[in-house]
Amino acid sequence: MVKLSINGLLVEVPEGTTILDAAKKLNFRIPVLCHHDDLCVAGNCRVCVVEQLGGKALLAACATPVAEGMQILTNSLKVRTARKHVIELLLSEHNADCTKCYKNGNCELQDLSNEFSVGDHILLDLIKHKDYTIDRFSPSIQKDDSKCIRCQRCVRTCEQLQGVNALCVAFKGAEQKISTFYNHSMAEVICTNCGQCINRCPTGALVERTYLDEVWDAILDPEKHVVVQTAPAVRVGLGEDLGLVPGERVTGKMVAALKRLGFDAVLDTDFTADLTIMEEGTELLTRLKKALVDKDKNVALPMTTSCSPGWVKFIEHTFPEFLPNVSTCKSPQQMFGALAKTYYAQTRELDPKKIVTVSIMPCTAKKYEADRPEMRSSGFKDVDYVITTRELARMVRQAGIDFTLLKEDKFDKLMGKSTGAGVIFGATGGVMEAALRTAYEIITGREVPFENLNIMPVRGFEGIRQASVKIEGCLEDWKFLEGVELKCAVAHGLSNARELMQAVKDGKINVHFIEIMACPGGCLGGGGQPIPTNQEIREKRAAAIYSEDMNLPLRKSHENPEVQLLYREFLGEPLGHKSHELLHTHYKERERF
Amino acid sequence: MSKIPVQRVDLIFEKITCKEIFEKVLQSKPEEIIQSVIDSGLKGRGGAGFPTGLKWQFAAREKGADKYIVCNADEGEPGTFKDREILDEVPEKVFCGMAIASLAIGAKIGYIYLRGEYKFLVPKLENKLAEFQQLMQDLGHDFRIELRLGSGAYICGEESALFESIEGRRGEPRNKPPYPTKSGLFHKPTCINNVETLVYTVMIQKYGAMHFRELGTKDSRGSKVFSVSGDTPTAGIYELELGMSVREFVDVFGDGDTKAVQVGGAAGFCVPRKRFDETIIGFEGVPTGGSMKLFNSSRSMYNVLHNYLDFFAEESCGQCTPCRVGCQQLLKGIEAVKKGEKSHKYLDELVKLAATMKIAAKCGLGQSVGNAFSSIVENFKEEIIY
Ligand SMILES: Cc1cc2nc3c(=O)[nH]c(=O)nc-3n(C[C@H](O)[C@H](O)[C@H](O)COP(=O)(O)O)c2cc1C
Ligand code: SF4
Repeated sequence: MVKLSINGLLVEVPEGTTILDAAKKLNFRIPVLCHHDDLCVAGNCRVCVVEQLGGKALLAACATPVAEGMQILTNSLKVRTARKHVIELLLSEHNADCTKCYKNGNCELQDLSNEFSVGDHILLDLIKHKDYTIDRFSPSIQKDDSKCIRCQRCVRTCEQLQGVNALCVAFKGAEQKISTFYNHSMAEVICTNCGQCINRCPTGALVERTYLDEVWDAILDPEKHVVVQTAPAVRVGLGEDLGLVPGERVTGKMVAALKRLGFDAVLDTDFTADLTIMEEGTELLTRLKKALVDKDKNVALPMTTSCSPGWVKFIEHTFPEFLPNVSTCKSPQQMFGALAKTYYAQTRELDPKKIVTVSIMPCTAKKYEADRPEMRSSGFKDVDYVITTRELARMVRQAGIDFTLLKEDKFDKLMGKSTGAGVIFGATGGVMEAALRTAYEIITGREVPFENLNIMPVRGFEGIRQASVKIEGCLEDWKFLEGVELKCAVAHGLSNARELMQAVKDGKINVHFIEIMACPGGCLGGGGQPIPTNQEIREKRAAAIYSEDMNLPLRKSHENPEVQLLYREFLGEPLGHKSHELLHTHYKERERF
Repeated sequence: MSKIPVQRVDLIFEKITCKEIFEKVLQSKPEEIIQSVIDSGLKGRGGAGFPTGLKWQFAAREKGADKYIVCNADEGEPGTFKDREILDEVPEKVFCGMAIASLAIGAKIGYIYLRGEYKFLVPKLENKLAEFQQLMQDLGHDFRIELRLGSGAYICGEESALFESIEGRRGEPRNKPPYPTKSGLFHKPTCINNVETLVYTVMIQKYGAMHFRELGTKDSRGSKVFSVSGDTPTAGIYELELGMSVREFVDVFGDGDTKAVQVGGAAGFCVPRKRFDETIIGFEGVPTGGSMKLFNSSRSMYNVLHNYLDFFAEESCGQCTPCRVGCQQLLKGIEAVKKGEKSHKYLDELVKLAATMKIAAKCGLGQSVGNAFSSIVENFKEEIIY
């Protein structure tokens, strides 16, 4: 333990603690910009400088470990002057058109500027000497360098958290900027559109491409039948942007709000999550059969999930040799879109031309996914517009709806029903758990041997997790699996995904089935979720997801009555002809820069 | 001519047989080597002036088998060209210094980080290195040296940015602590020294600590190689005893019309004529990595300052706010004052800003911009304004 004083108060903290954290213990908040709980220390914005009595230079509180006997001042004259200078310098290099900015009201620089009442700028405006263009080429992410304060949170996110390295620092001095490979647009580089950089950008330099106007136009067009689907993780995040604390489930309120906004049908992506389990589970069993019974050497195992579009693009860039291993199932969002303009249109006797499908996603990569040329199997663009959890919250505010006071409502029928298995898609390990609940039961006729169906070994936040289930007492059709130890692995965050796939490549990990989610914590930590994010918030959202699962009467995908109906009336059987046409897709190798 | 108070010294370029010295050093214990360097009072010649013996002692005390010796030959400070000359004239002495350091701290690998513009030295250095490796083998000392080339960024002379560069990343300074002796190259204990520092450690082994200690003053022991440039009839490289005043220096090297001397390059201080007598060149006065630039009355100090600020605005690595934006503000600020867009009072604001940069920037670069800025603005205010 190390003893020190901060602003005259004594505190004792473990060795290695930063001054920032030690101050927190005494309830002194030191402002930060480049620091983020999820990322390694940078120490480059210098807003957090503090004075050490007797020291010449100030210390960056976020980057300096405590030392015995230190006497720290967090608000001395020297500190205040320097801090104000730093904020003024940042503002002089920042395109501060706050009132027009997408991040107005949710900007850490704006907050600091306000807090330190940096009113009349004495420094020169540097922004007018520079030439900035906004990169709007990506369907998911918009990058505006004129708002960038070079804190490098995005670079650290892309490099360390995600292992993607699409964003990098280029040039030096006055020219220094956050760039991409040869400054290509975000649309052309290895960016997976995961949006984790957006979640950590303190200003408006990185934001989602927004499609709110398009969605409003569709809603307000009487000719159009606008169908909305909501992803599992949205219901455990949305409240944070509408006045509630992290971890509150707002499913019913969300449905009520969507109805008030004027959507013609409020349906659920969880429904197609259940459907995904039917298709993907069958696909896995088929692959296993080919491998174990037919001794087919060409069958690609382990099979990996395909519902995270960030992951799909990542593997297309990074491990193209594994593309045959990726499940051919479309993601639940895209299955939904394809069915909305076929099955749903047919059943509800609607002209698919007049249907507009909107999805609310915790994810920015979903915007890109909906734009992929493969995603038009209904004969139309299957999903017309994708908006994030944050954008939905903005719509609710725009419509003047007091979210906290809303009475809970229920999803509409036909593609609105889901089970707990569909809900847990929103958390890392959830797809695996849902698949195991169904596959085990199909094979053995019995429920998975875990208390309350809760497959704890695949849950949690460990970067890479492995689990196995021994299959015993198979039904007649599945005798070839008798005694097989079904092995699976789960990874979340693309750095972990990379590590896992490398281990598979090197033969160090040998499993049958792999679940990968591009974002830390899975969709609940997605790039479209409310800002801020950190481990504590993600854990609260995960707890909410699992409690939603526990509270639902049905918790196994194959028990979803609407899914059963869909197969009876429209699809026939999993992996059948119609499924292939509407619910499956293919991938392509992409360049690595 | 009266007695020249500026004493020429011939240690750095003296031709010696490294084999003899190294054989002698091999007989000593690491603690003895370190103690001799401590006793000599040698301080780093790369600019920061940290006591070399102490640095070695810190590195020696670190546990673990993987340690590195790094020779900083990035020589990016404007107006400094002495390391080039040393590497060209006596490369074997630089290698020998690294080998002595390796004995002292227990390192097996050394790196020379050579300024990109000195690429022409590479063939020669490689030849000499081959001989040196042979010598190490013959003497049974397990130590090899590798050469790495920079690519022209001034910041890569800063030790931790230099490590990042060798490791294959962008040259950006790291947070300190930890210091290199604890976590340096490849995050292992590392002893990094300037080219000249390393050669002095060889000469200390040859002539003994006392020989070195007798030169110079209490705070600035020994001698130093100066790169003399600017308005002088005798530009070039001189090894001189430390402790002389700027006046004494100007008497020898000036052109009779010297109005200011920039001591220590862009990162150093500008000494105006009125301070020549009282200013000692050394750690007690104005320290220098070797650059001594003289300006006569034909020079506009506005242009001089503008050049330095231009240099910093371009060479800042750009990662930290006070330096990246501060340099631009200082540069644009004096332009605005010159053009009359800002009142001369704005210079006071800029001096305050420079003071913040000194205490809030992340590394030595940003911290030293204020040296040149404030010393020139305060002493030549009229030239900046009008
Ligand atoms: C911006 C900057 C540039 C530097 N450039 C050099 C350089 O070119 N050569 C050098 O020896 N030291 C340079 N230094 C100092 C080094 O960081 C380090 O202190 C030095 O190499 C240590 O060696 P010494 O103790 O022998 O002087 C630079 C420091 C800064 C902040
Ligand atoms: S002071 Fe300048 S050179 Fe040093 S880290 Fe900051 S921006 Fe980079």
